[in-house]
Amino acid sequence: MSESKKRPPTKMVPVQTHAIVPERDANKSPILECYHLGIDFGGLTAVNDFNLIIGRTEIAGLIGPNGAGKTTIFNLLTKVYQPTRGSILLDGRDTSKMSTAQVSRMGIGRTFQNIRLFKEMSVVDNVLVGLHHEMDYRLPSAILRLPDYWRGERIAHERALELLSIFDMQDLAETKAGSLPYGAQRRLEIVRALATNPSLLLLDEPAAGMNPSETSELMDNIVKIRDLFQIAIMLIEHDMNLVMGICEGICVLNFGEVIAKGSPDEIKQNSVVIEAYLGKKDGKNDAKEAR
Amino acid sequence: MEFLSYLISGVSLGSVYAIIALGYTMVYGIAKMLNFAHGDVIMVGGYISFCGFAYLGLNGWLALLLAMCVCTVLGIVIEGLAYRPLRQATSLAVLITAIGVSYLLQNTALLTWGATPKVYSPLIPLTNAAGEPNALKLGELSISYISLLTMAACIVIMVGLTLFTSRSKMGKAMRACSEDKDAARLMGINVNTTISVTFAIGSALAAVAGVLLCSFNPTLMPTTGSMPGIRAFTAAVFGGIGSIPGAFLGGLLIGVIEAMAKAYISTQLANSVVFAVLIVVLLVRPAGLLGKYVPEKV
Amino acid sequence: MKWKTLQPHTKQNVFTFLGLGVVWVLVAVLRAQGVLTRSAAGLLVPICCYVVMALSLNLTVGIMGELSLGHAGFMGVGAFTGVVASQSLMNAVPSVPLRLLAAMLAGALFAGVFGFLIGIPVLRLRGDYLAIVTLAFGEIIKELITCLLVGVDEKGLHIIFNYKGVKGVEDLNLSPAGQVIIKGAQGATGTQTIASFTAGMLLIFVTLFIILHLIYSRTGRAIMAIRDNRIAAESVGIDVTKHKMIAFVLSAAMAGAAGALYGLNYSNLVAAKFDFNTSILVLVFVVLGGLGNMRGSIIAAVLLYVLPEALRGMRDYRMLIYAVILIAVMLTTNSPIAQSFFSRFFRFGRKGGETE
Repeated sequence: MSESKKRPPTKMVPVQTHAIVPERDANKSPILECYHLGIDFGGLTAVNDFNLIIGRTEIAGLIGPNGAGKTTIFNLLTKVYQPTRGSILLDGRDTSKMSTAQVSRMGIGRTFQNIRLFKEMSVVDNVLVGLHHEMDYRLPSAILRLPDYWRGERIAHERALELLSIFDMQDLAETKAGSLPYGAQRRLEIVRALATNPSLLLLDEPAAGMNPSETSELMDNIVKIRDLFQIAIMLIEHDMNLVMGICEGICVLNFGEVIAKGSPDEIKQNSVVIEAYLGKKDGKNDAKEAR
Repeated sequence: MEFLSYLISGVSLGSVYAIIALGYTMVYGIAKMLNFAHGDVIMVGGYISFCGFAYLGLNGWLALLLAMCVCTVLGIVIEGLAYRPLRQATSLAVLITAIGVSYLLQNTALLTWGATPKVYSPLIPLTNAAGEPNALKLGELSISYISLLTMAACIVIMVGLTLFTSRSKMGKAMRACSEDKDAARLMGINVNTTISVTFAIGSALAAVAGVLLCSFNPTLMPTTGSMPGIRAFTAAVFGGIGSIPGAFLGGLLIGVIEAMAKAYISTQLANSVVFAVLIVVLLVRPAGLLGKYVPEKV
Repeated sequence: MKWKTLQPHTKQNVFTFLGLGVVWVLVAVLRAQGVLTRSAAGLLVPICCYVVMALSLNLTVGIMGELSLGHAGFMGVGAFTGVVASQSLMNAVPSVPLRLLAAMLAGALFAGVFGFLIGIPVLRLRGDYLAIVTLAFGEIIKELITCLLVGVDEKGLHIIFNYKGVKGVEDLNLSPAGQVIIKGAQGATGTQTIASFTAGMLLIFVTLFIILHLIYSRTGRAIMAIRDNRIAAESVGIDVTKHKMIAFVLSAAMAGAAGALYGLNYSNLVAAKFDFNTSILVLVFVVLGGLGNMRGSIIAAVLLYVLPEALRGMRDYRMLIYAVILIAVMLTTNSPIAQSFFSRFFRFGRKGGETE
């Protein structure tokens, strides 16, 4: 892995990716493949030579110090930014010509680091926006309130409440999303992303601002979501208990480059990672405990 | 030669727009509001200077000074009474209030000075005592002194404002407030005072613009300010709203485009041509010519 | 729990329509009894037009969340299209209600097409830049109409785009039986006034029906989602351009229908009527009525349109009073001090929060 510190020539050949696809997914095609992914902002290289393969039902972690480029990678995968180099294959299909909305319809759902809910809308409406493409009635039927409008709305509404019940939020359905407490807003973002029926769910710091008991509940729920929906989940998180607890494969990023990949145990042992990241992290944890 | 004289009339008209746009852009930069009452402050400036020389017998320059003082006070009063209570409100609420202020100024002017246009005597008379045009002659080309004065005033104001915002303490406070009012407040900047000063400067500039505008177009009515106000707003957006050199450039370009459109395309469609150019520019540069386009951070 | 939650909207909508129906009957009765003065009765059709304008602008500003300062332009397109349609169909469609319907549909169609064409560049911009471009288009439309010379004879429509200002009515080459419909800067003259209060109320009903049913549909939710957070909306697969376009075109088309009705209410009509000030007037209705609040728009449009007329007795002071009332209302409903005052004594603040 130390070779990747030198910038390799960008060629479109498959490379050794050190993917840690779990055994149960080994003989299925991967859901996500990134080859030599990179982006420059002006002269600054934010991400360089990012290679990753994620299995169908894998829970993968993306960690690294602040400013390492983790969120940038999520933005590249969802096409909020267009990559300068490299390619992204979602379920074997190249996403280079797609927009954010198209990639979402292709099966990537995501949450945001700084929560982005539809604040003026109710909780259930937020989920219903996620279910937009599950409803098949057209605008004229909606305006004339034809039977297919009622049927589509009823089915979607039931589905929305069912999804909200994953996090026990069905009783908050009519609350305005902006007035929910912080933790509930994060959970609602996950529900909204799930509503789009994704095959890969990207969670950007899902446990940020949560207390330990909320975090452990969230860990259970993430695993539950994976088991229930049989989807792959990739998450960015600073809470090492969460990452080490539920991730099967972990990718460590520093200064826009991958410095290590492996199982949680391998990452814990990796000297480069400890030097670049975990050392600091340990110091932080000590400080927290001392308080 | 004909082209050059059109160009000069465009540049001098553009200089007036630029002066208004500078005031507009400063207020926008700091208060993030479309101040639709700005055009009406121009009109008030025009009327005050008119009263200055018609009723008080002041000479043109003293009348200009009087107009600047009155408009400065007016700007501070408007900001304090109408806009300050809405600091936390939505931008649309402030916009509607600004429209209310605009109606208020127009109708106060209507009641005070009546609907019949006042004949304004220009700051520098267009002709001298001998009946010859008061103009600089360069061969066939003649540039009236009032045009020269306007262009000079515009450049002086632009340079002055640039220096003021980049060098002075108050200027730095203004820039800080325009980026982040809360952070500026935490750094010990008095945000309310800073905004008041910005309105004061903008309104004083509006008074100058009012006097110059009426010198070119010597009919003064309660609605005199509305169209130049909108035009200057266009100019500010054209150059990149919030940017001082942008407002200068935008004002000049709008003036020149308007003059050229009137001369070569159609008098009736001059406004449309100006607006069409604006639309094209915004499509190519969504934040105006000199504005910085800041993409939303995800 | 589950299905019941959809019903509050539907119930509210039914009440809104019922309320509107009651007002309609009431006004019709008052009119039949001769209680309404002539001048008051003359206000009915314009009020209906402005109510529809406010509703349609609320779709753009309140639901889509983009400030439009050129809405009157669409009204102008609708008005002149409607006048041309009505005048040229005079012989083909003798029935007045049918002709009025055709004129309003034509107005809506043309304004919708304009909305689409204008929307292509406009909807790529954001915030105040979008606002200034709508203003620009509004002014351009107004000036373009000022350049139009339109006449009709048995051979069909004759149209001249008189941008140099040198051509006159005689250049239309109309046959002796022909009739000039639009005379450039003089606008439409000699229009047969076929607009009626009934048509106005029906138009309000249709507009409200479309908007309310749009809001509580997947399309409406997508539009509001884009308003609240564009990036999040994209991330759940919403096509931003398409949905903004739907809202913008619908809004333009409704304004066009209102314009057609308005145009057919006056025998003389100039394009200058549909300028920036009219756009602003309608925007004031929308903001005072509450963004996204359709009932609020209706009430605000009626009250604020009637207010200056009611103040007519004050003569010169009426616009001054209007301005003062406008500022006072904005300050009292938006400043935190006033809000806490109201919420304590009238429980007003709660409602204000709801509409925003």
